Amino acid sequence: MNKELFEYTLHLADNALILGQRNAEWCGHGPALEQDIALTNISLDLIGQARLLYQYAADQYNAMDVGGQAAVAALLPKPWKEFNRALQEDDLAYLREERQFRNLLITELPKGDWAMTILRQFFFSAFQYLQYQQLQQSSDATLAAIADKSLKETAYHLRWSGEWVIRLGDGTAESRRRIEAALADLWMFTGEAFVPAAFETGIAPDPAALRSAWDERIGSVFAEATLDVPATGTWSQGGGKRGVHTEHLGYLLAEMQVLQRTYPNMTW
Amino acid sequence: MKWAGAGIKRELQTSTNKLQTLNPTAQHIWSLLEAVSDPEIPVLSVLDLGVVRDVQVQDDGRIDIAITPTYSGCPAMDVIAMDIRLKLIEKGYRNVQVRQQLSPAWTTDWMTESGKQKLRAFGIAPPNPKQQFCATDMFQEETVQCPRCDSWHTELISQFASTACKSMYRCHDCKEAFDHFKCH
Repeated sequence: MNKELFEYTLHLADNALILGQRNAEWCGHGPALEQDIALTNISLDLIGQARLLYQYAADQYNAMDVGGQAAVAALLPKPWKEFNRALQEDDLAYLREERQFRNLLITELPKGDWAMTILRQFFFSAFQYLQYQQLQQSSDATLAAIADKSLKETAYHLRWSGEWVIRLGDGTAESRRRIEAALADLWMFTGEAFVPAAFETGIAPDPAALRSAWDERIGSVFAEATLDVPATGTWSQGGGKRGVHTEHLGYLLAEMQVLQRTYPNMTW
Repeated sequence: MKWAGAGIKRELQTSTNKLQTLNPTAQHIWSLLEAVSDPEIPVLSVLDLGVVRDVQVQDDGRIDIAITPTYSGCPAMDVIAMDIRLKLIEKGYRNVQVRQQLSPAWTTDWMTESGKQKLRAFGIAPPNPKQQFCATDMFQEETVQCPRCDSWHTELISQFASTACKSMYRCHDCKEAFDHFKCH
């Protein structure tokens, strides 16, 4: 039970951190200043959410007995034990390896062009919004509080990305071509979120139950964007929740973690 | 004694009854917090912002203060916690603990009226009293009054601005762009 909660907390944190890191790649490269700022603000929200979640995971670990700690040992960073101190949020973000990450594959895909970034954000925010809504009712008080706090931020992400999907889909021939190409690339990564992982059995809301509400949201925005929703129930990529990732995650982590790996346990 | 934080008696959600029965030390702490400002919007105190949720004076003299983040990633929160501690140390309170309280989630409804007036005077349109656009419906624009010329003839430029808590507007009359403290 403790193991599941710990892994689930990491899953939520990893989703937020990895997508936050990806979006941050737009910093200074956005197509217009306002949109550059919008995406980096969204990154900031996501990384803030990740911090709260990682700290909660670290608290859970620090409170576990020896048996509990042994049960989750495979998810912990290797060099941290040598620090001889309690586990901290930064250890979980900056020192775990690729196979220990539990994020959805869609969050780690390269940022691509603007259409790719927008559509990925929309798919993810539409899911995260539903997930946090469910978590608000969680019997786990900390997860419920984090969800409560984060939901308002996610509402802004969902609106912003949804409006852009409509602009691109119902925009120019070029914007439409691009978002259709992004859709063709991304669709096979959308199903993973709804397939429950082993750790999504206890405290976690059943992700499969979120599917119809997600479909509805996608459908209504796509209708306004004059885009066709691809067939559901088709084959979908998976593995992120088990730590089996695309080749892209390793490069992302290498860039994100280089400082902490070069100077372990550093402080400013 | 008229203490600076009197306004929060009405405005803070933490029960009115509790404030009236606060011991003198806690009342004094509240009044000191009036002088701790938001690092990103220095015209606002942390009380104006509504992020201070609780002040407790323990029997052994320890002061426990609960603050709530405006946004999860708001970089000002660490600074605010440190500034609160420094301010109280300066006034002789050595044993101070500032903890983060996530729930209930912060809302712009907790901002004081005087805080909203200070924002407007500073050139930032304050959050509207009645929140209408925190929902997820697309392309909804909130009518926001220009803080410079009071015109309502304004237009949203971006839902995100210089900090997480603001959006960007443009006034069609005085032509100025301005920040709006968005509803949350």
